[in-house]
Amino acid sequence: MSDPLFSKKNLTLLTEPLNSSNPITVQVLGICSALAVTAQLKPALVMALSVMAVLAFSNVIISLLRNTIPNRIRIIVQLVVVAALVILVDLILKAYVFDVSKQLSVFVGLIITNCIIMGRLEAFALGNRPWQSFLDGIGNAAGYGWILVVVGFFRELLGSGSLLGYQIIPENWYLSNGGFYENNGMMILPPMALITVGVIIWVQRSRNRKLIED
Amino acid sequence: MDRNSNTYTFIYAAIMVVLVAAILASVAMALKDRQNKNIEVEKKQNILASVNISSTTSDAEKIYAEKIKNQYVINTKGEVVEGEDAFLIDIRKEKSKKAEEKLLPVFECQTENGLKYIFPMRGSGLWGPVWGFVSLNEDMNTIYGANFDHQGETPGLGAEISTTWFQESFKGKRIFDDTGNLISITITKAGQEAPEAHSVDGISGGTITSKGLENMLLEDFNSYKEFLKKKKS
Repeated sequence: MSDPLFSKKNLTLLTEPLNSSNPITVQVLGICSALAVTAQLKPALVMALSVMAVLAFSNVIISLLRNTIPNRIRIIVQLVVVAALVILVDLILKAYVFDVSKQLSVFVGLIITNCIIMGRLEAFALGNRPWQSFLDGIGNAAGYGWILVVVGFFRELLGSGSLLGYQIIPENWYLSNGGFYENNGMMILPPMALITVGVIIWVQRSRNRKLIED
Repeated sequence: MDRNSNTYTFIYAAIMVVLVAAILASVAMALKDRQNKNIEVEKKQNILASVNISSTTSDAEKIYAEKIKNQYVINTKGEVVEGEDAFLIDIRKEKSKKAEEKLLPVFECQTENGLKYIFPMRGSGLWGPVWGFVSLNEDMNTIYGANFDHQGETPGLGAEISTTWFQESFKGKRIFDDTGNLISITITKAGQEAPEAHSVDGISGGTITSKGLENMLLEDFNSYKEFLKKKKS
């Protein structure tokens, strides 16, 4: 416990996953949900926040239990903790913010299957203190979240001409109104999410040379 | 105690499961009433939205009590069934019953444009159920308003059925043709020919959801057919 709360070492737990150990672009985890919820910006944002809540708390809980968990059933224990947290989040959303819960619908349940969560529990929380685990959870969820938001931003803007549901491209630009512009229907289909993630990886590697493999 | 022993593992697993079950069960119980209330208010909002009355979660109950003057349950022959609460009928259960056993709720709403009849509907989209409320004018032919919702259609594609622009396009459409046959509403794809008065534009990329909605409208208007004909004449 000699470390101060926000020591340099602890801060790297927050910042590393944003760039050089990003769960999506470097570790290639959690791709499935990154493709599924990014057709529009709002679900992408809410998904990022929900994953952050679940990941931070499950990391802390597993870290608190880490010295008691029997090694042979540790994966099951992790799964039970994550599943219980997700159900709690779902119940609370349904009771207090019904609108948001409807917006997320099936995606809340899908958080359980997000590989990033199990990955961080197994790789980090089982061997580290609660506070560090909490930071690691927030950091990784933020690393996951910003990719989701960027992908959601471009897909909604280019695919639907709007952001967060508000029309951005002027109506009279559209071909149907005598203009010159047409939304790119491909952008709302999942394959374009993968290509967008690919472009992000490309940009990231060209700026961060140490990520390039020989 | 040895953390790798079978006894420890069993005890640990047992305690964990009981503990988690207890926590989840008590939270679910504690929040049940609030959740049911939310669902009820939402249903009232949806019913009101189908007659083009917008409401918020806080005033929906008051407006509903004011506007929805009458609600009753009918069967497929169009006769009123006594002793049923139209608001509590589970459409999903009714849809799986045989035609002669079906209970069909009807809501009557007094608006500034006259009396409107509201019919609940339910069908299936691409990923899960779709449902909604459609209101007809007193001629039992012209659609006054519609409200659709879904469980998990794709955002930006099938999920567009719950947006205003799509629902607005149903207004003024007719479900009977000139000879009095029920033809419901067709949801067209680009280039598909359909009579203007009986069709609306579909959602690009949401073909299966649109198709599901179209089937739902046809099927459910069909169940109400006798009632509609009776009221019409």
